[in-house]
Amino acid sequence: MNYFPDEVIEHVFHFVESNKDRNSISLVCKLWYRIERFSRLRVFVGNCYAISPERVFARFPFMKSLFLKGKPHFADFNLVPDDWGGFLYPWIEYMARNKVNLEELRLKRMIVTDDSLELIAASFANFKSLVLVSCEGFTTDGLAAIAANCRFLRELDLQENEIEDHRGQWINCFPECHTSLVALNFACLRGDINLAALERLVARSPNLKSLRLNQAVPLETFHRILVRAPQLVELGVGSFVNDPESEINDKLTSALQKCQSMRSLSGFFEVTLSCMSAIYPVCENLISLNLSYAPEIPGNELIKIIQHCRKLQKLWVLDCIGDKGLKVVADSCKELQELRVFPFDPHGVRNGAVTEEGLVAVASGCLKLNSLLYFCQQMTNEALITVARKCPNFIRFRLCILNPTKPDAATMQPLDEGFGAIVQSCKGLRRLSMSGLLTDRVFHYIGSFAENLEMLSVAFAGDSDAGMLYVLNGCKKLSKLEIRDSPFGNVALLMDVRKYETMRSLWMSSCEVTMGGCRTLAKMMPRLNVEVINDSGDLDKHGDDNQVVNKLFVYRTLVGPRKDAPDFVWTL
Amino acid sequence: MESTGCYDKDLNLEATELRLGLPGTDQTEPTTNKRSIHQTKEEDQEGGSKVASSKAQIVGWPPVRSFRKNSVQPKKNKAGTEAEASGIYVKVSMDGAPYLRKINLNSYNGYDQLLVAVQSMFRITIGRHSEREGYGGSEHAPTYEDKDGDWMLVGDVPWEMFTRTCKRLRIMKGSEARGLGCGV
Repeated sequence: MNYFPDEVIEHVFHFVESNKDRNSISLVCKLWYRIERFSRLRVFVGNCYAISPERVFARFPFMKSLFLKGKPHFADFNLVPDDWGGFLYPWIEYMARNKVNLEELRLKRMIVTDDSLELIAASFANFKSLVLVSCEGFTTDGLAAIAANCRFLRELDLQENEIEDHRGQWINCFPECHTSLVALNFACLRGDINLAALERLVARSPNLKSLRLNQAVPLETFHRILVRAPQLVELGVGSFVNDPESEINDKLTSALQKCQSMRSLSGFFEVTLSCMSAIYPVCENLISLNLSYAPEIPGNELIKIIQHCRKLQKLWVLDCIGDKGLKVVADSCKELQELRVFPFDPHGVRNGAVTEEGLVAVASGCLKLNSLLYFCQQMTNEALITVARKCPNFIRFRLCILNPTKPDAATMQPLDEGFGAIVQSCKGLRRLSMSGLLTDRVFHYIGSFAENLEMLSVAFAGDSDAGMLYVLNGCKKLSKLEIRDSPFGNVALLMDVRKYETMRSLWMSSCEVTMGGCRTLAKMMPRLNVEVINDSGDLDKHGDDNQVVNKLFVYRTLVGPRKDAPDFVWTL
Repeated sequence: MESTGCYDKDLNLEATELRLGLPGTDQTEPTTNKRSIHQTKEEDQEGGSKVASSKAQIVGWPPVRSFRKNSVQPKKNKAGTEAEASGIYVKVSMDGAPYLRKINLNSYNGYDQLLVAVQSMFRITIGRHSEREGYGGSEHAPTYEDKDGDWMLVGDVPWEMFTRTCKRLRIMKGSEARGLGCGV
């Protein structure tokens, strides 16, 4: 490679798509660093406060696609106050001012405003793709600006955002001529939508492959859309409610049968059960099915649907599927790779409808399973050990027992051995979330065996600092560690402070770290932002070292303390 | 792991409360978190309702995204959106009765069971529904107010659609009822 001209090296780099690989390439020598940075088109910033827009674009001047993440993961569960941070505007403002040729923007857990969306629409002539996941702070007016001005828009994908719905005519704002839309997902919008405008939009979007409707779209409209767009590959149904005697049902069945390319189905926010059989023919070719927002489909109907889904690779359901339903999944879905079972009734009297039996059944039947999110009533070590043996290919294993400190349901022992078996057997495990009664022993297992672990989520676990230390010492590839309600304190926090510069972030809430520990950490490691989040107002900023810090967020950064922190967030 | 020992058996909510801060600053044991965890475990062995009450006090648990929690939960308050536990309570009035009653539509599988219950509650006979004649021959006609505010005859639409759209029930009596019985 030393004797090749730069253009040839650049051409070779062009085929390297993974940013992880590109980061490694950049470290080889100065020449490769230089060539790589000019050829990187897609930039990923895992923590928007680790770097500034200026430095990103200084290094990657030809960037066209940006993926930014804001708030820490526990913000999903209301542990991070709303105005903690993660503002998009400064990034857009910089890019607009410096004429960056932005084409794609993907955001997760950021505060997006209508101003930001309007600025995007006004500044980037080639803007093609906007994907927002778990964001908030904007309204349908911002969407209208994007629709109206981004002439080459291919993708508008809104996943689980909190959007203030002004019930305006944003869907009307797309250009009147043919659009280039390939993917449109507005399932998370809660308000009404102009149905006629929606149908017209579908009619003039010949490239549309993915369409996810919100609850306000009724069956009649859905049927007309299907007739217009039989080429759809991904479909999110809105409301599937109809009078079963109506003639629409036959029409719907035949329209669905014409959708030969359909591979992914979701939605079904409301259903008329007797109409569900219309979807069975489509099920045979499905590779992805998300019924986790369909509370009206009971277990026995879910079973009927799943029996048809022989090619399914990804399944998201509510726990009303029951252990019984999971056994049907195990028998029918031999290609299954990802399973997520969500609690239908998280705070209800019923403690969750699936148990270790369902999990063992799926692990026994679906040998390609590699990604799991499972909310259940109870678990046993024996079940976890069986799962570990049958499915050594897990990359993501997230188990949530609804009662967070529940022991093994059969033996009343902690679940250390079960999770220990998982980390020992699944050598490729990158992400792990645990729950149940857990002692320091499980952390010893994790530190000893989880060589590829990148993200660990801990809640109500462990006995002492030793637990956290096992993980920090053992998991060489650890990038994100988030801990809540566990007895880890300053000793664990301060034992190996340099470790945190090798990680993206550390979150600790309701643990035993104190102001003294945090101050020491901040002093020893200037390239970390040590943020104490005092939203409860209990702490005194200049007070005693012994004050216990309720919420701590530590992350590496190249740009020092952030300037947009609210007054209850202290960067020490 | 320490044995469960003899912990306080009565429902000592304060001790078991899993708050954001250290539970119980007046406790002398250093591992105060551990104590509350063991007490929770003790509770769990005693019974479901106690678990539910301590569960409800934990912020951010179970770890379900707020968006999802807000989407699947509030639907329970809308009439007839899920087939499980919580009820769809509607008022039932009968012309001439001194006070109204309330029934849970979810506790019935269909119209037959509903009408049996209503007939028994008000000590009346309604008879069978027919498409052409409604409740022809009866003194009483069961009607309901739907989402649009219209008064409809009970029994015309599928049961699920009924439970979804019914806001209240009214048993009409006398001449009004007979008028409805002619299936207009």
